[in-house]
Amino acid sequence: MWNYEKRLQYPVNIKTPNAKIAQFIMSQYGGPDGEIGASMRYLSQRFAMPNRMASAVLNDVGTEELAHLEMVSTIVHQLTRDLSMEEIEKSGFGPYYIDHGNGIWPQAAGGIPFNACEFQSKGDPVTDLFEDLAAEQKARATYDNILRVVRDIPEIADPIRFLRAREVVHFQRFGEALRSVQEQLDAKNFYAFNPSFDCPCEASCQKCGQQNQNR
Amino acid sequence: MMYRDQPENRMQLLQKINEVSFAVDDILLYLDTHPCCEDALAYYREQSEKRKKLMKEYAKCYGPLTIDDALESDGDTWKWMEQPFPWEKEGGCR
Repeated sequence: MWNYEKRLQYPVNIKTPNAKIAQFIMSQYGGPDGEIGASMRYLSQRFAMPNRMASAVLNDVGTEELAHLEMVSTIVHQLTRDLSMEEIEKSGFGPYYIDHGNGIWPQAAGGIPFNACEFQSKGDPVTDLFEDLAAEQKARATYDNILRVVRDIPEIADPIRFLRAREVVHFQRFGEALRSVQEQLDAKNFYAFNPSFDCPCEASCQKCGQQNQNR
Repeated sequence: MMYRDQPENRMQLLQKINEVSFAVDDILLYLDTHPCCEDALAYYREQSEKRKKLMKEYAKCYGPLTIDDALESDGDTWKWMEQPFPWEKEGGCR
C-alpha cells in the first residue's frame, strides 16, 4: 500500500518553456532507461528476491523511482506549458503536440511508446540484480547526455543533477543487495541453483533455513 | 511487548488497521469532490485519528508498517528492512 505526499522529492521550478529540451528529457519518463521502467522493474522483481534485504532494497528504490517519474514529468510539464504555436512548430515538438497536446505521455525522445519490454523480471535474483545495476548506469549515462545539453540552464540542470546522483546511490545499494544474495549461494558456482525457484524459503523462513543448514 | 510473537493478535491488529485505513481511503475520495461536507470531515477526523493510533501501536509491538513509525519499536537496529512483506506466508515462509 502506498500513500501520496503532495510534494516533489526535490524541487522543480522551471520558468522558461523549451519544447525541444522537453522532448529530450521526456525520455527519462517513458524511454528505454526512464523512471517508469525503473519503478516497474524493481516493484515487479521484488517478489523473487531470496532475502529481506534484497526485497527491501527493490521495494524502497522502486518507491523512490515513483517520485522520480513525478519529477521528470513535472520538468516536461513546466517546459511545455505556455508554448506558442510558432515555437511548437519550429522546435520539432509538432508530432507530439498533435497526438498529446501538452499532456504528459510516456515515450522515448525518439517517439517510441513506453512498453514493458524496456525491462525484465526473470525470477532469478542474480540475473535481476545485474539488470538493475546496468539499469542504474544506463539512466545515469542518459542524465549525463541530458546535462551536456542543459548545463547552462540552471533551472533545468539542477533537478537533473539530483536525479543523476540518485542513480549512483541506487547502483551502490543494488551492489550491496547482490552481495547479500551471493553470500547465500555456493561461492564456487553462483548459478548451481536459483535460490528463488529451487529453495525459496532458505533465507526468509527461519524453520526452512535451519533445515537447509543441517543438510 | 504484550502482543509480540502472537500471530493471531498481530493479524487482528492488522485487520483493524486495514478497516480503518480503507475508511480513510474512501472518505478522502468523497471529500475531494465534497470538500465542505461537515459530516464527512468529522468522519475523516475520527478515522484518521484512529488510524494514527493503531499504526503507532502496531509499530511498537511488531515493527513499522510505514517509515514515519520506523523507530517506534524497541532496539537499536533498523526494523523497517526486517518487516515481512504482505505476500509472505506466516512465519516468513515464501
